[in-house]
Amino acid sequence: MKTLKKIWNWIDDRSGFTEIFMPLIKHPVPPGSKWSYVFGSATLFCLVLQVITGVALSLLYQPSSSEAYQSLQFITHQAAFGNVLRGIHYFGASAMIIMVSIHMMRVYITAAYKYPREMTWISGVILFFMTIAMGFTGQLLRWDSNGVWSAVVGAEQMGRIPFIGKWAARLLLGGDTIGGHTLSRFYSYHVFILPAIIFLFVAYHLMLVIRNGISEPAKVGRLVDPKTYRQWYKQMLVEKGIPFWPYAAWRDVIFGALTIISIILLAIFIGPPELTTPPNIAHLNTTPSPDWYMLSIFSLFALMPPKIESYMIIIGPALTILILLALPFVSNKGERHPIRRPWAVFGSVCVVIFVLSLFLLGEKSPWSPKFDAKPLTSVSIHSTDPLVINGAALVYKKGCLFCHQVNNQGGLKGPDLSDIALRLSTQDMTIRIVNGGSNMPAYGGILSKNELTAIVAFLNSRKYKK
Amino acid sequence: MNEDDDLIKEPENERRTFLIKLSLGLGFLSAAVAGVPVLAAIFAPLIEKTPKLWRKVGDLDSFPVGTTNLVTFENASPEKWSGTNASSAAWLRRDATDKFTAFSANCTHLGCPVRWEADAHLFMCPCHGGVYYKDGSVAAGPPPKPLVQYPVRINKTAIEIQTSPIPITNISA
Repeated sequence: MKTLKKIWNWIDDRSGFTEIFMPLIKHPVPPGSKWSYVFGSATLFCLVLQVITGVALSLLYQPSSSEAYQSLQFITHQAAFGNVLRGIHYFGASAMIIMVSIHMMRVYITAAYKYPREMTWISGVILFFMTIAMGFTGQLLRWDSNGVWSAVVGAEQMGRIPFIGKWAARLLLGGDTIGGHTLSRFYSYHVFILPAIIFLFVAYHLMLVIRNGISEPAKVGRLVDPKTYRQWYKQMLVEKGIPFWPYAAWRDVIFGALTIISIILLAIFIGPPELTTPPNIAHLNTTPSPDWYMLSIFSLFALMPPKIESYMIIIGPALTILILLALPFVSNKGERHPIRRPWAVFGSVCVVIFVLSLFLLGEKSPWSPKFDAKPLTSVSIHSTDPLVINGAALVYKKGCLFCHQVNNQGGLKGPDLSDIALRLSTQDMTIRIVNGGSNMPAYGGILSKNELTAIVAFLNSRKYKK
Repeated sequence: MNEDDDLIKEPENERRTFLIKLSLGLGFLSAAVAGVPVLAAIFAPLIEKTPKLWRKVGDLDSFPVGTTNLVTFENASPEKWSGTNASSAAWLRRDATDKFTAFSANCTHLGCPVRWEADAHLFMCPCHGGVYYKDGSVAAGPPPKPLVQYPVRINKTAIEIQTSPIPITNISA
């Protein structure tokens, strides 16, 4: 034992572990920094988990257009623990996005970004967007049909950048079509370029946490004054500071460990999302949909007024980034307590409600045509009139049911037609069908006169909602 | 400080200034030279010119007048490891005996794959509900402009489409 201690002392003396790291581990932190402070470290724990599982996945993955999909099948269905590994990486990504969002919102609500922590906030904003970019490029690496079309959607967004849009799109895809270079590029973005940026900014972010200290819990009426804050903070640490390890860090460790255990349990019991069809660009009968953390943006694209959309696709994100980066310059002193900053709390709640509503809408995607709508059954049609029956068949055949419901069968984009006869006259129906309307195609050039008569006869028989 | 010291310091200072400039200059030079192939790899897609080639997509007889069919064709210069990504798809409409229109399969909204619903005579996009008429004009939903058309020609009895980029919608569309 004594010898072992001697050896350790020698190593420690020559390498300087204690000298370098002990002050960091034991650095004093303000008292009272409790459970609301655990989300940043939880994000970091998730990042470490992502790096480790990512490296493991790279041992099994083939970053080539022709083989990636097969290697994903191999990982998911054949490799030992491959399914769990993919699951951990998937739920780890999800957890990282959730944790980084909560962390950011906590910092905003308690105004921890104010003097002298402006650069901590700015590096954090960059890390937030890098995390989103990692999520996007990561789901794409599955290189199933969803992955391929995600690449196209990404390129179309790039295309909206003024002047250089086409070039940016071409750079993103590695060519002017999806091809051999596309996946190689996205692999490089996800595995080398974005992680390098993330490591750089995480190191900087943590360095700033040590340099400026973590923000003390906000107190009503205690204002941040750039002239005196640093002096006051230093004094407060001398008087009341507690060593980070173990008296503050135990919460981080417990919460981080629980987060990671939850991720692993989800990976084991739910598993990673199943792959969609192979990445055949010529196979068009596919419905691309993003992973859950992209769903809110996906919904926004469907719901924005088309006239401003091309502008908003690029101005929206640019403005969001700009506002977030400008925040600590716009307000860097004064009150920190949420009670005295009701608008900040209100704004945060609005953002959460906005994102959640878009997410829930995205789950339903009422704007998407329901391509798998089934023909109406005789129970639904509930008529013996041949014209009505013919009309019912046409309502299916002509695609009306892609967007309209009749007795709970069909899509959600347009109004329910189950009791349409109670709302529209024959003439109104005809006009609407022939000329189209807000968001409905004009069927005048598509239907023959007889077909129109049959459809109107069917619609005129729709008086009850089952 | 006497004059002798100055005499010694002068060349010493010059030497130091020279060495600083030399180390910074060499550092910059080596970074710049190493950067050339790196930047070339990054910007390769902009530097390389993609040729435009006519690809046969089928025979004249295989497309009845008035129908819209899915056709696929090999991209201009696909890499050997492209797999199923070596080809593009288009919707080919035969408007008349000697008139064809080829539509890109990409929705002009965000590029998702539009499908032709033959009975409804409409192109529909699964992502955000964009709908187009048979001539490619917008019928409903968010698309800012009609479906993009690819160059198409009749070469004796063969129908040929010119290889084209994925249409990228710009901000002013």
